[in-house]
Amino acid sequence: MSAALELEAAPALEVREVAVHFSGLVAIASMSFRVPEGRIVSLIGPNGAGKTTAFNVITGFLRPTKGSVLFRGTDITRLTPDRIAALGVVRTFQRTSIFAGCTVFDNVLTAMHLQGKAETWAALLRLPSARRETERQHVAVREILEFVGLTHRADELASNLAYGEQRLLGIAIALAASPKLILFDEPAAGLNPSETEEFMAVVKRIRDRGVTVLLVEHDMRMVMSISDLVVVLNHGRIIAEGPPEAIQSNPDVIRAYLGQGVKRAQA
Amino acid sequence: MTTDRMTTDRMTGPLLGWLFVLVMAVGPLWFGDLYVLHVLTSTGIFIIGAMSLNLLLGYTGQLSLGHIAFFGIGAYTSALLALGFDLDLGGSEPVVFGPKPVWVAFLGGILVAAFFGFLIGKLAFRVRGAYFVIVTISFAQVARMVALNWVDLTEGPMALSGIPPLSVWLPGQGVVPLYAKEYNYLIVLAVAVISFLVIQRLVDSRVGRAFVALRENEPLARSVGIDVTRYLVVATVIAAGMAGAAGGLYTHYIRIVDPDVFLFIYTVTMVIMVLTGGKGTLAGPVVGGLLFGIMPELLREVARPEVQWIVYGVAMIVVVFFVPRGIVPAVGGLWARTVAKRERPASATLVAGKETSA
Repeated sequence: MSAALELEAAPALEVREVAVHFSGLVAIASMSFRVPEGRIVSLIGPNGAGKTTAFNVITGFLRPTKGSVLFRGTDITRLTPDRIAALGVVRTFQRTSIFAGCTVFDNVLTAMHLQGKAETWAALLRLPSARRETERQHVAVREILEFVGLTHRADELASNLAYGEQRLLGIAIALAASPKLILFDEPAAGLNPSETEEFMAVVKRIRDRGVTVLLVEHDMRMVMSISDLVVVLNHGRIIAEGPPEAIQSNPDVIRAYLGQGVKRAQA
Repeated sequence: MTTDRMTTDRMTGPLLGWLFVLVMAVGPLWFGDLYVLHVLTSTGIFIIGAMSLNLLLGYTGQLSLGHIAFFGIGAYTSALLALGFDLDLGGSEPVVFGPKPVWVAFLGGILVAAFFGFLIGKLAFRVRGAYFVIVTISFAQVARMVALNWVDLTEGPMALSGIPPLSVWLPGQGVVPLYAKEYNYLIVLAVAVISFLVIQRLVDSRVGRAFVALRENEPLARSVGIDVTRYLVVATVIAAGMAGAAGGLYTHYIRIVDPDVFLFIYTVTMVIMVLTGGKGTLAGPVVGGLLFGIMPELLREVARPEVQWIVYGVAMIVVVFFVPRGIVPAVGGLWARTVAKRERPASATLVAGKETSA
């Protein structure tokens, strides 16, 4: 089933037999999956299945014990998070992660770091190139704020935003790094239904811009309605992989994890 | 005065800042009291140190409790280069360095201090928070031990003396040494203004935003591609060089330097200046520096030493207790509310009444 999808597009991300052990504890036994270019792929599984660990490995925050991670054919397993981000793999965090003491505008401007080149001497001499770069970035920041719908909050301190707005700001920050592959770690956690709806629209628009999306999420309704492909993780192993319809009827998945969620998703 | 500096930060901008500089340049000279001039010169030197500390503590969020080490290294390097020195490297003949012109020595002090800043920044590769504090404290202690015990080079506790003052080249007269307090004061003021402008330009740039990102949320900064280690090194190098410049000014003004320049109390003084003025604000170290640089001198005339220290301590507690984020942010907030009140007189009275205590 998934074979058809994988043939259509070369994988943006390939996780090969990754294992993570924390001293004696096995967080991920052996995990392999592919994220096709330009798709929304969801990684699901019960709490403690190793989803966030997988994210930390992919984005370089954690070194795997075994295995490798390839982004567009390049091995990124041993790179630091900032180098991985420079290649175009950008994540959001499970707990709200923003630059709380800065304005919303400055949050996004700061995250444009990779799009800039101005170094210390250019800043000290106020070189015209640095000034033009800043002007370009100001325009880009406004576009991103417009895209996630935070334009009216631009001058507010990030710490003053409502929870849902802070989650949106987290997405804006990730987008500002101009990702080719974006990883969302439980983006809908704590959002109310209308905010979730809004968020799903944003994710689809991100994909329509040509950005590949990898999603970890507990909200089954959301996962089933926006994913092109779903990967199910349980006890540190992949137990199923395929389009949402196939996952919903997979007996292993239902037994391991979905239960009530399936009925709700089908309703 | 505090209001002026605060406004410089946000609103009317450079105009009031330059006005302040002009007043500071003309006022004390016109007043003509040499003691006042001396106090302002020493305070100015400390303010430069506090500004450089603020770059680390206020913007990258890393507390360097050995910051005086860079000041002392700048002071010693500048003094030694200006005096000339022998270095016994174990060979048959010691290597002799002749005296260099004072400004060359001054620049040398900045460069050597910046080099040690680079080492500390590299050393602090994976070290943050409390560990960074310990690394920097140890560094300052080691620097003091070296100054005390490497007697061949530093004269140890006997101190380096007879250090030439800063000089100026005048057409027809050649190089003229500047012994007078007035000139030293103006040079310190000029270096302070340059330091302020350097920090202002830096923090309002891609580099400065990377510093703040490291302070606010390091994992997030890394996730959007900011090489935090590299920018921490950049910040440490600039802060150390600036502290080294302050040390150089000190050495050529006082014209004697002993290992006590490395004393922990001086670092603490700079930290107090930054915290009370407002860390992470441009004007904070200036306001805090003026307050805690001048206050002890004012108290000296009216109170006995023990009373002076009590007043000093109480002032510190009052500031930290009532304006924990520092004087500049507090005054800034008050100003913003006053403006808001003027614009919306009806609704704003309640807000102002509720929040003035903050």
